[in-house]
Amino acid sequence: MSELKSWTQIPIGGYITEPQNSVKNKTGSWRTQRPVIDQDACTRCRICWLYCPEPAILELNKPYVTKSGRKYNLTFEINYDYCKGCGICANECPVKAIKMVPEVVQQ
Amino acid sequence: MGMASGQIKIGIRTIWDIPKEEYFGPGQLTCAGCGPSLAVRHILKAAGPDVIVVNATGCIEVTSTQYPYTAWGVPYIHVAFENAAAVASGIEAAIKALNRKGIANAKAKVIALAGDGGTYDIGMQALSGMLERGHGVLYVLYDNEAYMNTGIQRSGGTPRFAWTTTSPVGSRIRGKVQSKKDIMSIVIAHHIPYAATASIAYPIDLMNKVRKALDALNEGPAFLHVFAPCPPGWRIDDSKTVEIARLAVETGVFPLFEWDHGKFRLNPPSNMHVDKSKRKPLINYLKPQGRFAHLKEEEIKAMEAEVDGYWDYLTRLLKAFG
Repeated sequence: MSELKSWTQIPIGGYITEPQNSVKNKTGSWRTQRPVIDQDACTRCRICWLYCPEPAILELNKPYVTKSGRKYNLTFEINYDYCKGCGICANECPVKAIKMVPEVVQQ
Repeated sequence: MGMASGQIKIGIRTIWDIPKEEYFGPGQLTCAGCGPSLAVRHILKAAGPDVIVVNATGCIEVTSTQYPYTAWGVPYIHVAFENAAAVASGIEAAIKALNRKGIANAKAKVIALAGDGGTYDIGMQALSGMLERGHGVLYVLYDNEAYMNTGIQRSGGTPRFAWTTTSPVGSRIRGKVQSKKDIMSIVIAHHIPYAATASIAYPIDLMNKVRKALDALNEGPAFLHVFAPCPPGWRIDDSKTVEIARLAVETGVFPLFEWDHGKFRLNPPSNMHVDKSKRKPLINYLKPQGRFAHLKEEEIKAMEAEVDGYWDYLTRLLKAFG
């Protein structure tokens, strides 16, 4: 949470003038389990990206060569800043390339 | 008018045609696995940036506008629970008036967004008024079948036998006593140009319907009924939101159809479901949901009879208006 503004600093009517400033609110801290994408098994079908409610799956123009030598121009990565760990991506993945791993509390 | 809007436009045909731009979130406070959040993301992807969203009170409103943050990337207004359609009507009329007087040259389309509580119950009067006056507004109902953010109270959109905190389960009362209100028939009875049902499990169908509805706004209002499961309220696992939404369509509980300029059309995969044997057994949809966990065999039969009855009604609509 950013520092609270005084009433003189707030626009009339309390309008929020910055679109999508909810990105400052990192909902990733809610997570109890994290999705991990196996980049070698992933077929880049875009289904996890499509069904993420946050959205917390990034579609990156990042080339990747799998262990079997297959080349992809796209890479899908989880944005752990916002992922709430619902697991829809793992449930919908047609090749089961996403595993849900329990979050471990750092001591 | 009907012919002009019947022109074939290139819509979204594959998953790769879906725009990359995001106009909603992340960082909103929707629960993990939220169906309505996914619905809004898809709707805004299809609509693009030139829209004004009018939101009724509800899950999406309380979770997307936690002051001083907003999850919205498009102009957004919330006034009250009951008047999303009335506020949207005013904005649409204001844009028209400003354009006519030469003060503005705005092409922004107005989308009213409300949940089942804000549509079936509290916002019904404003919605009916908007449809009757013929405002060019797209009204989107995201249906999670109860008042979820206040603690799962039953609404007019809650199906029969569903457990909620105000339709509890005991030996005499077995969840909600009444049936789900047929909102689509109420809306179609206003003879508007376009109305359709859609589901978050079929995003390509949903996005094409959003675009079709926006195209129809120069003729009058459009309405979209979007099915969006709620994991905490339906007592399902967070990861099953899309799966349950898909099962609702596949079992025939939530058929995909559209009312397009006086024509009634069932959309895939529901177009095969007139034949009951093509539908999956209802139990597949009920079993994973905790809100239906108490159902006995005869109650499941009664629910099945209700689904069959609705399909009988749709089949007759198809014969009359197909």
